[in-house]
Amino acid sequence: MSDAQPTDFDPVEPNTGEDFEPVEVFPDSDDFDLRPGADSCYKCSVCDTNCPVAEVDDDFPGPKFQGPEQWRLKQTDDGYEIDDSVMSCSNCMRCDSACPSGVPLSQMHNTARGEYVEEQMDKLSVEYVRNRILSNYRLSASIASKVPRLANFAMNFGPARWAMEKTMGVTSERDFPEFAQQTFRQWWAARGGADASRENAIESRERRGEPAEADKKVAYFHGCYSNYNTPEVGKAMVHVFEYFGYEVVAPEQKCSGTPMFANGMLDDARRHAEVNVSSMSDLVDEGYDAIASCTSCSMALRQEYPELFDIDGIEDVASNTYEAIEYLRIHEDVKGEIESAEVSGELAEEFAYHAPCHARNQGLERQAVELFRDLDGVGVEDVGDSCSGISGTYGWKEEKYEKSMEIGDEMFEHMEHAEGETGMTECPTCAMQMEHGTGYEIRHPLELVEAAVVE
Amino acid sequence: MAIESEILVVGGGLAGLSSALAAARDGADVRLVSYKQSTLRQASGLVDLLGYTPDGEGPLTDPYAAMADLPASHPYQTVGVETVREAMAMFDEVSDYEGGHTDTNALLPTHGGSIKPTARYPRGAAAGLASDDRDTLLVGIEAMTDFDAPHVADHLDAVGVPFGVRGETIRFPGDLRADAKVTRYAKLLDTNGEVAVRGRNVPAREALAQRVNPLVEDAERVGFPAILGDDNPGAIRDALGDQMGVDVFEVPMGPPSLPGLRLEDRLFEALDESGASFETGNPIVDFDGDGHVERVFMEKNGARIPLSADQYVLATGGLVGKGVESDREGVSEPVFDCHVPHSDDRYDWFDTAVFGDHPFAGFGVETDDDLRPLSADGDVEFDNLRAAGSVLGGYDFAAEKSGSGVSIATGYAAGASAAAEVR
Repeated sequence: MSDAQPTDFDPVEPNTGEDFEPVEVFPDSDDFDLRPGADSCYKCSVCDTNCPVAEVDDDFPGPKFQGPEQWRLKQTDDGYEIDDSVMSCSNCMRCDSACPSGVPLSQMHNTARGEYVEEQMDKLSVEYVRNRILSNYRLSASIASKVPRLANFAMNFGPARWAMEKTMGVTSERDFPEFAQQTFRQWWAARGGADASRENAIESRERRGEPAEADKKVAYFHGCYSNYNTPEVGKAMVHVFEYFGYEVVAPEQKCSGTPMFANGMLDDARRHAEVNVSSMSDLVDEGYDAIASCTSCSMALRQEYPELFDIDGIEDVASNTYEAIEYLRIHEDVKGEIESAEVSGELAEEFAYHAPCHARNQGLERQAVELFRDLDGVGVEDVGDSCSGISGTYGWKEEKYEKSMEIGDEMFEHMEHAEGETGMTECPTCAMQMEHGTGYEIRHPLELVEAAVVE
Repeated sequence: MAIESEILVVGGGLAGLSSALAAARDGADVRLVSYKQSTLRQASGLVDLLGYTPDGEGPLTDPYAAMADLPASHPYQTVGVETVREAMAMFDEVSDYEGGHTDTNALLPTHGGSIKPTARYPRGAAAGLASDDRDTLLVGIEAMTDFDAPHVADHLDAVGVPFGVRGETIRFPGDLRADAKVTRYAKLLDTNGEVAVRGRNVPAREALAQRVNPLVEDAERVGFPAILGDDNPGAIRDALGDQMGVDVFEVPMGPPSLPGLRLEDRLFEALDESGASFETGNPIVDFDGDGHVERVFMEKNGARIPLSADQYVLATGGLVGKGVESDREGVSEPVFDCHVPHSDDRYDWFDTAVFGDHPFAGFGVETDDDLRPLSADGDVEFDNLRAAGSVLGGYDFAAEKSGSGVSIATGYAAGASAAAEVR
């Protein structure tokens, strides 16, 4: 309080006059009202102790500043510009689940970052163009997947990567993920789409002794990565849900927006969100639940969409979205089936499991470890609560690469110490980082559920 | 359907953790759910049993002996002294804390310069005991304004500690930002990362020891604010101690607290080893049942996730942890809407003196002998719900210094009792 202007205000006998209305000291705004959140912060700094960036980066002031404090500065000083350190926040969202007072920290960060990019960032700068390309991964991937062999070669061609780092600031230290020869959607269409899925589901219901017309139907949000890079995850999802008697549909969809939020490209994110919400909300109206296999996609649909955008039907979609295995745990005895199963063959392995930050925020950080605890033939070991450090596009930026690896060090070390030499995680970019740091092959928990109960 | 377990513990603080541990160690299938990360991060990491009587007498030498004289409504009376002993034995087994060798309280210096009676303390604090007569140097870090070492030393001197004590303030080696987080210091020391000192890169532990060394003089032990590592605090203390030729200890700090964080990690690790399941991040907001809890609902951004169990433990905390809520109209328990006794006139909730005897400090649910919450009429609210920790009423943990002990003891009792029901 020492730097506050002295006032004549007397708290015992208020003398501010009739005109002063204490709840309206900040101007009205048409945006989401962040004031209650800012007011809820009592400065305990627990968010700061959860920030993987503040732990290694001396220039990063931490989530308490990025969120409630910066918001307040912005209200009281017309000339206040968003601090450029907001671009160093990796959007891991750990601060959200840390806050004992319910401050919507990631919403504040996303909003501030959006404003910084919109109003303060040079749209012709290399950084802006690079971030825009990185965050629009879906676009690059959709082009590359038309010619996957060529793309796989070109994207990891040394001289090209050197040039990308020099001209665009995309680190040449990492290998680009490989594009699948057949995308998930191509496989899905060739297999007969929703009609085939319905037939398979009915067959399963009969085998399980359930009514053939049971109301079990889900809309799969596969996201970009399962579509273009790891269709085996999408296929596992379909096989597992059909096994439990669910009809699957794969509606029209764009990027979930996760990389765009992290880069402050809120207009891009909104455009994609509008498509996703529109196709998902129609299905939710028809009684479908939305299921995602990527925990950042489910995070976006559940939390970031309603926090950042005002789109018709968005709340309904958010409250009917689930992570795939979480959904089965609620509605089916998946644990029981796994306990009586046995895995042999390719996936009869010891796995070093890393819980992605975005899974953590949905309360799913222990799901895989606990679900597979009693599965014969398989061991799943948690490699600890550290962040992998890649945070989507973050670790792809040349200037962030070192930090990204420093954050990831703890996870790499624990993976090396773990018994298994195969990794496991729900998040595609965590998987990239795990593979990059250890050379391990990385699998998705759905693949293991498939191996246990379907095959 | 619902996510099922035999016992569901709602709350992830000391009470919830003790409850889940006790039940899982008795062989029950336990699930613990916590809205947010444990409030242990905001606690000093010291584990108190009873430091003062409700009338303010103390510091008490033997907390167990003093329990017999507590009012009948006190949670220690509800569970009985023997259960408190069993609960502390479990805590000693799963933690690596000191102090379990004796019934009597230890006296520890606080970061404000007072002396606090406590029953258990982390190993890192052991060399700092106030009953130890070795001369002491306290080292503060310039940027950490909540530990002013010369001021703390003067305070300790004024309360008459049996040793000489000096305080010195240093700049932490390397050019850290002025408001660097405690985790930044801890990470640097954990990894022994290099810091720049006069243009030369030096490992952080060595650089810190070199900076403090000239200040040690005749001191036989050196105390730092609790920033000495998160994963490897023992190794860091040893390394600093070896290089300075003294014993090194940490003074527990306010929030955010590394000793609290380390204890949280240790207890969750023990919970994992016990075979229990747990998750954090989303609140329990509602339940089904009348006189018997059928299931509860967890809220995730509008989705309601059903969880069901045979037995439930309510360990959601008190007024700070939001297990007890108040507004101008009244005081309530938000999950099961259990009765919280309080005056209708809110001006009776507090005393006019700041450090007076505030009724609100004792707000919480009343229970029967088996820790089951009671309605306003004195009937058991739900036959399969027990309460533990700060959600209980009838005691003022801040004044008595009994918070951790009551949480561990009632958590243990509730967990063991719930486990006995399902066996």
